[in-house]
Amino acid sequence: MSDATHQEGGADAARPISYTLSVNEINYPVTTSPGSALLAVLRNDIGLTGTKEGCDDCECGACMVLVDGQPVNSCSYLAAQAQGRAVSTVEGLADSSDLHPLQQLLLDAGGVQCGFCTPGMLMSARALLDRNPNPSDDEIRIGLSGNLCRCTGYDSIVAAVRQAADQLDSSTGS
Amino acid sequence: MPTEPFQIAGSIEDALSAMATGARPVAGGTDLVVGARQGKSPLPSNLVAVDRIVELSTIEQNAEGVIVGAGVTHATLMTDPLITSGYTALADAAALVGSPATRNVGTLGGNVMNGSPAMDTGAPLIVLGAMIDLRSQGGSRRVAPSKLWTGPGSTSASDDELCVAVALPKRSERSGSAYVRLEYRRAMEIAVVGAAASVELNDEGVIEQVAIALTAVAPTIVALEGLTDLVGRRVDEDVLAAVAAIASSQAQPISDLRAGADYRAHTVGVMARRAVDAAARRAAGETIEVPVNRAEGVGRTDRP
Ligand SMILES: Cc1cc2nc3c(=O)[nH]c(=O)nc-3n(C[C@H](O)[C@H](O)[C@H](O)COP(=O)(O)OP(=O)(O)OC[C@H]3O[C@@H](n4cnc5c(N)ncnc54)[C@H](O)[C@@H]3O)c2cc1C
Repeated sequence: MSDATHQEGGADAARPISYTLSVNEINYPVTTSPGSALLAVLRNDIGLTGTKEGCDDCECGACMVLVDGQPVNSCSYLAAQAQGRAVSTVEGLADSSDLHPLQQLLLDAGGVQCGFCTPGMLMSARALLDRNPNPSDDEIRIGLSGNLCRCTGYDSIVAAVRQAADQLDSSTGS
Repeated sequence: MPTEPFQIAGSIEDALSAMATGARPVAGGTDLVVGARQGKSPLPSNLVAVDRIVELSTIEQNAEGVIVGAGVTHATLMTDPLITSGYTALADAAALVGSPATRNVGTLGGNVMNGSPAMDTGAPLIVLGAMIDLRSQGGSRRVAPSKLWTGPGSTSASDDELCVAVALPKRSERSGSAYVRLEYRRAMEIAVVGAAASVELNDEGVIEQVAIALTAVAPTIVALEGLTDLVGRRVDEDVLAAVAAIASSQAQPISDLRAGADYRAHTVGVMARRAVDAAARRAAGETIEVPVNRAEGVGRTDRP
């Protein structure tokens, strides 16, 4: 596991700090070491395990969340730096009864196989569509370039994002 | 020692007072936190987050040129009109960094102060004549990048100095710049080698000034010497071949996992000729989209 290489000491050993994190519009008071990564706090302290730990090294994108609407590798982003900002995770995508169009279309297109990259992929796609509601295939590939998938070969994922863009675009009437 | 292990600075003064008592700055954390997670070095025991300081996140034009705040992210650099129009090499470099997530939090100040020989903004900053503004409670100073970077991952800045801005001198109308790197994939990559060029042409399209700097072929980013023979000539095959030869001969690369020294020395010449070609074409008014790495036919003199 990554903890074998993770150096102890420094901010990781410093005395804990307390602060509030806003995740999917809910405030969570947390007490963590100042060096704790946002991913660890989301999963272990808050209990939101939808966000995945892949490489724990900023390479794979399985840990992607949004901070103030922008994608961030939560494995290597200090949780304390997220205080006062809006964190969004995959748990906040669906509303209580329905999957978000990105989730449904990804399922329909066969863009989910083992599923481990899916939460991160969804968050990058969400940030892309919020910023650019009508991206080209090239722009979709750039938007997802920090997310690795070892199953699908990406084409089905790009297709699903394309379809979600069309669907969201027509549903907002623009 | 500072009393708080983690502080969020609201102003430059806040950051300087935390740093004066031993806190280390963290901006995007994409070098600092990632390095700690990879086991390179533990996180400093006292941190001051500098990513909310509004004064560090602006890009402003004045009579001498453009001042880029140290907290400006790569995502902003690659799209800001002042940078893409006048300092295009810097936009080329920022657009290549990591992924959207890396560019979204990673900053110019972090890239500069991390001092990696493979940093992508370094060669552009050198050819653009940038100066680095450092500040501590003791005062301010402006230092040339070549004096700041002293070795792989080391700088001449003292621990209490905050990088506040990068000053880019005014450019002439007929100048252009470009940055090109060799990469094995299109994202989440580190430069195998890279080259930046700045070219100024006169009204006849003849070179008036040229500067070239290289990435990942020495312990720090290096500026090429011996380019004066190129002044007064047109950018043709002979000039580009001379650029490639000069770059390859002044490179002193190492062999590692990513490439052998001979391969690096050869390919950095190819990157240098592409950078000079793209910079000259931009100087002549041609639009080559950011980043140059994605453009076709750059560096070829046999193009139609
Ligand atoms: C997946 C990935 C891909 C990457 N790809 C590239 C790439 O293609 N090209 C490239 O060049 N880099 C790349 N990087 C490295 C990194 O993203 C950049 O160097 C980035 O610009 C660092 O900025 P930061 O704000 O995250 O710095 P931080 O990690 O916050 O800080 C880096 C260092 O600078 C110091 N520091 C930060 N701000 C200041 C300041 N204002 N004054 C004084 N000291 C300061 C910190 O104390 C620390 O020592 C990559 C990193 C990752 C994780």
